[in-house]
Amino acid sequence: MEENKFTPANYKSDQAVRWCPGCGDHAILNTLHKAMASVGVPPHKMAVISGIGCSSRLPYYMNTYGMHTIHGRAAAIATGFKVANPEMTVWQISGDGDGLAIGGNHFIHAVRRNIDINILLFNNKIYGLTKGQYSPTSDRGFVSKSSPYGTTEDPFIPAELVFGARGNFFARSIDVELQVNQEVLAAAQQHKGTSVVEILTNCVIWNNGIHNFITDRETRADRTIHLVHGEKMIFGKDKNKGLVQDGFLLKAVEIGKDGYTIDDVLVHDAHCKSNFLHQQLAMMDGHELPLAIGIIRDVEGLTYNDEIDKQVAEVRAKKGFTCLRDMIMAGETWEVK
Amino acid sequence: MLEKTSVKPIDKVVVRFSGDSGDGMQLAGNIFTNVSAGLGNSVSTFPDYPADMRPPQGSLSGVSAFQASVGKGVHTPGDQCDVLVAMNPAALKRGYKFLKPGGVIIVDIDSFNESGLKKAQFETEDAIKELGITAQVIEAPITSMTKNALADTDMDVKSVLKCRNIFALGLVCWLFDRPLENALKLLKNKFAKKPAIYEANAKVIQAGYDYGHNIHATVTTFRVETEDIRPGVYTDINGNTATAWGLIMAAEKAGRPLFLGSYPITPATDILHELAKRKDLGVKACQMEDEIAGVCSAIGAAFAGNLAATSTSGPGLALKSEGIGLAVIAEVPLVVIDVMRGGPSTGLPTKTEQTDLMQALYGRNGESPLAVVAPTSPTDCFTMAFEASRIAIEHMTPVILLTDAFIGNGASAWRIPEADEYPAIRTPYVPADKVDGWKPYHRDPETLSRYWAIPGTENLQHRIGGLEKDSDTGAISTDPINHEKMVELRREKIARIANDIPEQEVICDVNADTLLIGWGGTYGHLHEAAEDLNKAGKRVAFTQFRYINPLPKNTAEILNRYKTIIVAELNTGMFADYLQSKFPNLDIRRINKIQGQPFLSKEIVDGVTKIMEGK
Repeated sequence: MEENKFTPANYKSDQAVRWCPGCGDHAILNTLHKAMASVGVPPHKMAVISGIGCSSRLPYYMNTYGMHTIHGRAAAIATGFKVANPEMTVWQISGDGDGLAIGGNHFIHAVRRNIDINILLFNNKIYGLTKGQYSPTSDRGFVSKSSPYGTTEDPFIPAELVFGARGNFFARSIDVELQVNQEVLAAAQQHKGTSVVEILTNCVIWNNGIHNFITDRETRADRTIHLVHGEKMIFGKDKNKGLVQDGFLLKAVEIGKDGYTIDDVLVHDAHCKSNFLHQQLAMMDGHELPLAIGIIRDVEGLTYNDEIDKQVAEVRAKKGFTCLRDMIMAGETWEVK
Repeated sequence: MLEKTSVKPIDKVVVRFSGDSGDGMQLAGNIFTNVSAGLGNSVSTFPDYPADMRPPQGSLSGVSAFQASVGKGVHTPGDQCDVLVAMNPAALKRGYKFLKPGGVIIVDIDSFNESGLKKAQFETEDAIKELGITAQVIEAPITSMTKNALADTDMDVKSVLKCRNIFALGLVCWLFDRPLENALKLLKNKFAKKPAIYEANAKVIQAGYDYGHNIHATVTTFRVETEDIRPGVYTDINGNTATAWGLIMAAEKAGRPLFLGSYPITPATDILHELAKRKDLGVKACQMEDEIAGVCSAIGAAFAGNLAATSTSGPGLALKSEGIGLAVIAEVPLVVIDVMRGGPSTGLPTKTEQTDLMQALYGRNGESPLAVVAPTSPTDCFTMAFEASRIAIEHMTPVILLTDAFIGNGASAWRIPEADEYPAIRTPYVPADKVDGWKPYHRDPETLSRYWAIPGTENLQHRIGGLEKDSDTGAISTDPINHEKMVELRREKIARIANDIPEQEVICDVNADTLLIGWGGTYGHLHEAAEDLNKAGKRVAFTQFRYINPLPKNTAEILNRYKTIIVAELNTGMFADYLQSKFPNLDIRRINKIQGQPFLSKEIVDGVTKIMEGK
């Protein structure tokens, strides 16, 4: 492998980072610098496109091409960018409000088209920049400034939308899981097609501790499972728990108890075409079954931009026009002398 | 210099109904003729029966046709038809050669099955392609829709199928704005003794009419002929195709790829259709999930280094407003095409108006100036689409191109330009001597346009976006003085485009006291009216604006030259208000029409005469 000539510092812009101290976004930004250096994307071959919200400030902190756009539209802008300039690596940065409320339509259509971009979805279950309203990922009953008596609606689960839109890549991490963050960001970069990475982030100001049930140091190992392709689905502080098949569903068991052995524990296959099991894994929420982090689905598919380029090449070769006039002259014409 | 353009309202329409001899083509044709005669048209018809008394059904020898020519001063049934109705493949094969360039074919697509194609001796499954037809074809499922319309009657299949002709008639009535009342009266007389048959036909004619409405079927009822006497190679073109081709020409002259992000909307969709075909010239046309994604994908493509465009009509322009504002502040080149139709809201989707002018000029939040241009004719769509692209790139700004349903669908003969006829477009790349220390909002001192650093270029990484930026460093800035400075720079940048566009030209009797003013697609009618007025001894000068914002530099000088200024437009006075706001001392008189229809020259002649006579 060619030696990588980039360091994380190559991806840092000269702008001071202005997120709140303690915000989960800081860690993700640093990890993105590291992951890009590890994969070796040249900074001038990378564009970072964001919508509106706290996380959408991220492009300013990258020494790459970047565009901080308007609320909800980053996926559409990133799509046009990638089609127009397919040599570029494109990252889209969105939050749960930007990406799944106002930008929900663009999000599902980007995933459906399988445009080769990486969507980094910061999920803190709150609108931070507008000071604390519930978001489309806030749990039912969540009390916020705009839901003083609790919300009366169910949230989206981002993974479920991705699978509903026939997504080929979905990974999840938590802001505090630095190793997993780097792993999923690098994998998203290497996947061809729309890669969706959901990162659970903590908003220290408006929603502090929203993910505590999952992220609490004492219990995190028992409430999360780090899925790795080709490896057994094992979790727990003592690595003694595993996921097994229970009819069409999943079940968490203790290895060596109730007759379960390590052989019963499932092996993670992120490349499986069918998303049936991926969806079940992604829907685990840390209560009965551990919340899954890592690369949950990573399947090859035809990308929107490659297929456009292919069609252009084919049609051009077939027709052989060199310019507009050529094309028009090949149609119905008459001459006036 | 604008070429002389004349509008020919197609005073004569020739419709050829053709089908199997048992399909009732003569009846459909007769009713259409009589309905038209009832509206004051003169008519001439030509029944074209098969020679055999009982030719095999569906065969070429069994085709029966009825050609009806209706309109003003009609003396013959016409050699060629504007609309060909072909109820089966044989009728298409026999009839397509009678179609005029720019005509429309309506086929009953249900009859284009294996047996129908075989009987008409087609060799492939695609009859249209096999005949090399390039005209617009409306593939209407006439048989199945007739069956559906009569599903709740107890008629037998044979009787139901006999009503297909009347479905086709309903569709033709929609195309030519023929009210159904008279057709229904005629049907009632015809089937006076068979009320059940009348009821069935009444249902079916309405279904055909509604179908035309539902699919936004349109035919060009005007030819806007640009008289170009230069030698060269000509082709027939409509305004929407010309717009698409103008963008391609601009992309070639700028040396940048062309990207279109769009969403289907009447009457602009043909631009998307044309550019989707032009993958053979490397064009990437993406049908996006909505209007917003249409403009946003184009903004992404513009940032990425393409000549980027989005095409739409009024309601779509409303949805794109926020995106266009982003293009204003991010200062990326973007062409927004609005093929104007009747509004507000869904309004009159297939009809023409000039009612989006204010939306184009001002329909965004904040101080967000941009350039607006408006072509005068179908062929001028090519030139002005090129101009919109040139201005967008050379001045790094969004440009709105205001065409309309009338010129967008209108057709004309057009001389294909030679390769060197259009100028190269100066693409404002970051100059080599300015790369060191370059920041994204540094500007060309002459045009005030910022430079275009194409992503992928080493050492020119930069960030732009919707937040206000420092005029020097390009970093986010909320500094009050800087904001005012940036607002002023963006305003001045647009104003300076006036240095880069042709001066406004006055034609007809330039020394008259009265100046007739129009803008955009009304040129043909206004020009004709101005000439008629002068011929009648009512002296009038005439000027048509194509560059709306900024206005040509000599506009004030021209307006001050005339005692009486009359602005004629297809709205309640938007351009007049706009001129008034720029030149408050003027006393502007107005001629307005908001009927979803183009002007008639006579309306202008009458309007101007009234004003001249002080009425």
